[in-house]
Amino acid sequence: MRIIKNRIRKGVVTKSIDMGFLANAEIETMGVELKKIIHERFSRSFHIREVDTGSCGACESEIIATTNPIYDIQRFGINFVASPRHADCLLVTGPVSKNMAVALKKTYEAMPEPKFVITLGNCAYDGGIFKDAYYTESGVASILPVTFHIPGCPPKPIDIIKAILTFLKKG
Amino acid sequence: MDYKAALKEINEKMNLEFSILHLSEDEVYLLASPDDFKNICLALHKLLHAPVASFFAQDARKEKGAFKIYCSFMSAKYKKWFFVVTEIPQDNPKFDSLAKEIYSASLFEREIKEMFGIEPIGNPDLRRLRLHDEIWPNDVYPLRKDFKVPELNNVSGVYCFNKVEGEGIFEIPVGPVHAGIIGPGHFRFSSVGEPIINLEIRLGFTHRGIEKFFEGKNAGDALRICECVSGDASFAHSLSYAMAIEKISGIKVLDDTRLMRAVFLELERMYNHINDIGGMAVDVGFSFPAAFASIVKENILQLNEKITGSRYLRNINCIGGITMAWDKDKTQILRDSLKKIYKDFDEIKKILLSSVSFMDRADGTGILKKKTAEDMGITGLAGRASGIAVDLRKDFPGIYGEVNFNLIKQATGDCLGRLFMRISEFEDSIKLIRQFLDKLETHRSDAPPHKSTGLTVEDRRVRDPLISGIRPQAAAQSNSDIKEGFALGYVESWRGPVLYWVKLDKAGAIERCKIVDASFLNWQGLSFCVLGDIIPDFPLCNKSFDLSYSGNDL
Repeated sequence: MRIIKNRIRKGVVTKSIDMGFLANAEIETMGVELKKIIHERFSRSFHIREVDTGSCGACESEIIATTNPIYDIQRFGINFVASPRHADCLLVTGPVSKNMAVALKKTYEAMPEPKFVITLGNCAYDGGIFKDAYYTESGVASILPVTFHIPGCPPKPIDIIKAILTFLKKG
Repeated sequence: MDYKAALKEINEKMNLEFSILHLSEDEVYLLASPDDFKNICLALHKLLHAPVASFFAQDARKEKGAFKIYCSFMSAKYKKWFFVVTEIPQDNPKFDSLAKEIYSASLFEREIKEMFGIEPIGNPDLRRLRLHDEIWPNDVYPLRKDFKVPELNNVSGVYCFNKVEGEGIFEIPVGPVHAGIIGPGHFRFSSVGEPIINLEIRLGFTHRGIEKFFEGKNAGDALRICECVSGDASFAHSLSYAMAIEKISGIKVLDDTRLMRAVFLELERMYNHINDIGGMAVDVGFSFPAAFASIVKENILQLNEKITGSRYLRNINCIGGITMAWDKDKTQILRDSLKKIYKDFDEIKKILLSSVSFMDRADGTGILKKKTAEDMGITGLAGRASGIAVDLRKDFPGIYGEVNFNLIKQATGDCLGRLFMRISEFEDSIKLIRQFLDKLETHRSDAPPHKSTGLTVEDRRVRDPLISGIRPQAAAQSNSDIKEGFALGYVESWRGPVLYWVKLDKAGAIERCKIVDASFLNWQGLSFCVLGDIIPDFPLCNKSFDLSYSGNDL
């Protein structure tokens, strides 16, 4: 009873978010499109498994940023999942250190069909700044079939969302 | 007693021979014979009460027919970095291990063995850290100058984990691919019921061969690689490297450049600390402050972008300067944003510290005792949380000497201690930035932004072909104001010290670059602090350290 009283007294606690210098409207319009496509093609939820194969951590930081309350990519139906078994898509960052090649392959194999791979960040494309280092493979494409690439070092969260929309629109 | 007298005492009383080489005002090199190397290191260790800060080899077989090894200690008392140097003959690459007397040397020795094939005699653990046995043949040493990429087909090595045996003990292997969006690493827990008896951390999954990759690169170009060593400490890494090159070449850095650099360093500290404060809330399942913290982090990243054009403060550092100009607007933007950020931060702090369930989880969890931390050479924030009062911003102040700033430490060494460290460092960073801004306003010269060479205005007028009409060829030559030599660059990043020891050859190309990120030694601290705690507390401990995978693996 006390809890209910307390609950009624406090009401809903909200906080207005400062969007910084981002155009709020841009995210919202993209979101509507994203939501529509994901609703039709992925039965409302598009699940991504992320694998770091030797990135410096900035790409990860930006991917995590897409889930913060400012971008909140989850409300459009895009979720980052903990297991490859739940994933529609594998999102790979890093130039693929030789130590990670096997783990990357195994993660891909553990995903159910249909599945596809997106690479993120310049390193994942062809090794980027670490191209020709002795312990890196030359990008993800030398190991897995890659369908789409999101460029940047690192790409900003808004660019990641834009790129995913472009990719899904393409079909 | 100044350090010269102390060294003399070591020299005479213990009958150890070495010659002293001073290169810059804060580095002292002791050149020793291979036989005395170990004893001199031990004597210095005892004199300075400092762990090994960096310990590495260099392939000098071409010039000297020998490998060189450098063992470095930091002394806050004398404000110096001491290097003990010796030459190891190439036909018998061995030296006496320090690991049994100085534990903090252990990991470095494993690294030297792995990368150069120089054997530390008496080190009980010589397993490789980064070149995984399943992938890489045993006798190929990448940092030797005559290294060639080997065939990797017939490699079938196995890595031996420490085994804990007994009734009811079971192992939980985790990784390298983790459930969250983080770097790869393998954790092997041995536990009985819930408490952890042993945790072994196997890293190296993000090894890219950065130290080799640096070799032969032009000193200016390599700056961009530094920024990708550990993405969340991009600025600290590039600054540390730039400092090393500036020291070698005797480039004087203008005061307002140093102020701007300090501002960026503190901004980097802020966005990472708030990220970790939020991360700790996530790991106990307290999502509201976590979401709130991620908004503050995003605000700081956007602030970075507004001021510098880069969310992670990349591409703004160059040798001798900063590639952007500062103006009044930027000062104003920073001041306004800091006010707002502080208000939000204060609210998060109150929410966290008034939550009984959160405090209960963090308090007394993951204790790292001072003695253990000292032995392992735990540095930076994690060290200060355990009571080790070392902060390069205080010990080698530079521009920090001109502002009010107190060294903060905690005595508990638990997750709560590390959380308090982050909270107070975050608040201090705001105060520091405000003071730096005041200074920037008062003695801001109207110098235009530096281009990649980073010379002073006068110099640029002479050097810059576009301004003075010198032919491009001559400009290219003078562009290498970069001189031959070696030096250590050091910066207190948000995790702890980032050290770059760089040696340049005559052409201004990098001959050897040794990077030590604070994560390298601190990972051991994590594997010790969780002992006796339950496995569900591991994520909390992990986040309270928040160490870099890529900074460790290089």
